[in-house]
Amino acid sequence: MPETQTRHVVELGYGGNERLIMNMGPQHPSSHGVFRAILTLEGETVVAVDAVIGYLHRCHEKLAETLTYVQYPSIASKTDYVSAMTAELAYVHAVEKVGKIDVPKRAQYLRVLAAELQRIASHCLWLGTWCLDMGGALGGGATVFLYCIREREMILDLFEALTGARLLYGFHQIGGTRYDVPPGWAARCRETVDFIERRIDEYEAMLDDNPFFLVRTQGVGVVSRELAQEVGLAGPLIRGSGVAYDVRRAEPYSSYEDFDFVVPVETAGDCFARYRVRMVEFRQSIRIVRQVLDGLPEGPISSRPGVKSVGQVRIAKGEGYGRVEGARGEVGCYVVADGGPKPYRLKWRGASFSNLAILPHILPGHKVADVVAIMGSVDPVFGEVDR
Amino acid sequence: MPPLAVDALAGFIVLNAIIGVVTYITLLERKFAARMQSRIGPYYVGRPHGWLQPIADALKLMMKEDIVPTRADRWVYNLAPLAFLVPCMLIFATIPFAPGLGVADLNIGVLFFLAVSSLEIVGLFMGGWGSNNKYALLSAMRAVNQIISYDLPFIFAALVPVLLAGSLQMSAIVTAQTGLWFVAYPVIGQLAFVAFVLTTLAAENRVPFDILEAESELVAGFRVEYSGMKFALIQLGEYAHMLGTSFLGALLFLGGWLGPGPAWLGPVWFLLKAVIVFLLVTWVRWSFVRIRVDQILAISWKLLLPATIVLLLATGLVVAAGGPRGG
Repeated sequence: MPETQTRHVVELGYGGNERLIMNMGPQHPSSHGVFRAILTLEGETVVAVDAVIGYLHRCHEKLAETLTYVQYPSIASKTDYVSAMTAELAYVHAVEKVGKIDVPKRAQYLRVLAAELQRIASHCLWLGTWCLDMGGALGGGATVFLYCIREREMILDLFEALTGARLLYGFHQIGGTRYDVPPGWAARCRETVDFIERRIDEYEAMLDDNPFFLVRTQGVGVVSRELAQEVGLAGPLIRGSGVAYDVRRAEPYSSYEDFDFVVPVETAGDCFARYRVRMVEFRQSIRIVRQVLDGLPEGPISSRPGVKSVGQVRIAKGEGYGRVEGARGEVGCYVVADGGPKPYRLKWRGASFSNLAILPHILPGHKVADVVAIMGSVDPVFGEVDR
Repeated sequence: MPPLAVDALAGFIVLNAIIGVVTYITLLERKFAARMQSRIGPYYVGRPHGWLQPIADALKLMMKEDIVPTRADRWVYNLAPLAFLVPCMLIFATIPFAPGLGVADLNIGVLFFLAVSSLEIVGLFMGGWGSNNKYALLSAMRAVNQIISYDLPFIFAALVPVLLAGSLQMSAIVTAQTGLWFVAYPVIGQLAFVAFVLTTLAAENRVPFDILEAESELVAGFRVEYSGMKFALIQLGEYAHMLGTSFLGALLFLGGWLGPGPAWLGPVWFLLKAVIVFLLVTWVRWSFVRIRVDQILAISWKLLLPATIVLLLATGLVVAAGGPRGG
């Protein structure tokens, strides 16, 4: 690297003279997408890390300026493709906030339903890929991965019945949702979450007391409460470091104040704490899903009539920030509207982006094997990091 | 025929039989893992249940382009698969598959097995060094660390049956188990078997001790640059080593070819027991996550090595006190 391109590297003074620079990524089995970590090693120990992002940049914010309010929600889901429902929700929530558009109660409940199911699916993928990082594609990790994928598939089947799509949905629209639940879907949903709840018991039985799992996660990648707040972590990461911050509680949106759920907090701040937080979130999401299905009100699912052309939805001049709790933490959108059918400017706040910033602070001092364990526990989705 | 020709013929037959069994043991492992993960596993290549899959894999690997990295140390790089494969194949030389059925039933059979099986590290390190790749180099470093640490407890665990039988000759060890398999020997036998399986996992580089291939960190470890037939040779060597160690386990602890039925069933029993040991290792492999290099070393030096030494001492005391020998 030329000297002019000095990067901020956190270094530890190990004092050795045999250093090895190793590239991990952008094409690497455990980079969860396209992430490049330039590791400086002394033997097996990481002494410095230089994180390089931007390999998946797709001009999302510029794209949002060129697409209308009707078109963009289905593109917004492509920022965080693992948790597409909450990414869409963040956009429509911000636009509705700026345009002061009401959302019918039924639509609000449906949004919560979709968001919580998505959280379960996303956490399934996280647990699977994280164990894959630690256990290897030819080992116990692959077993956990396949179990998790099997359950995630059931949620995707539900989404397919609801929206017709399995990954990127276009479920939300300004003023409500685009689809209502089809007949028989609610019963199927209940069965699915009951089933998944039993399967979560299985995961915990497999991992909670597993000595090999414990030695790989406990005390690894400790993030202190202060560091977490300083870096601006969100979601399960900051809750694993002892801060009870959840957007659903801090600033309820979409009728979250109607539901009874617990925000899990762990104080250890290590990989295992993050694992515990997410395992509790699994169950809390299931609890919310049941409450939504029990209390789903009748009524319209959108507060505005359908439009014949994509330019017909206009938002009055104004600007504002709307945020939701995605599977990875606070996902937000800052929207500047100029009265036209398209936003004048849009800024995404991706949870993965902020969470990933913790890596250079905690990786030095760990072994190479811990790098993948820590990266997996951060659960980055690179669509959301690079946008 | 002159004795040398007989030996050569026996070696040729065993070598080919081993290659055949090793090829199919990969299919067994894949099917077993698939059942554990609620999958089906290989199915379409050769119905039913993909019985042609190993052949297809081998053919595919033969047809792959052989790539040598430009900056590799060509001699070391090209020799490494052979240096790895030969010891892995040699270990079968002293294994008797039934009374008198084997290449050479040496009077120091177990010693020969243990000595030759630790030679594979040379090939491993050559591969890691010659590839001129940082992942491969790190993997080779780990390999030396791990295999040297685990050879000692592995040897000590394997010496417990030797002590009980009072012989290093493999057939004598089996004969000593006529009445009681050493795995059933009170306390000592079970502990030694557990230690043996644990160290086997490490010696075979299986999860949770597969830090040398650690594909989530080091991509594929020491063989990251290998392709085609050279890769196939490394794979073959690895599985042959695994099979050989399973045979050793069956022989030392599970009574080798002993079993009900006529004498000609002996080799069948032996193979069955080896497969059981193999599946035991596979079962562990597909259930656990990998542990870190420092933790692996800690387990070896702080736990397994002292434990196996104490076990060996205890066995020695039992034998010296004229304790009941199996058989």
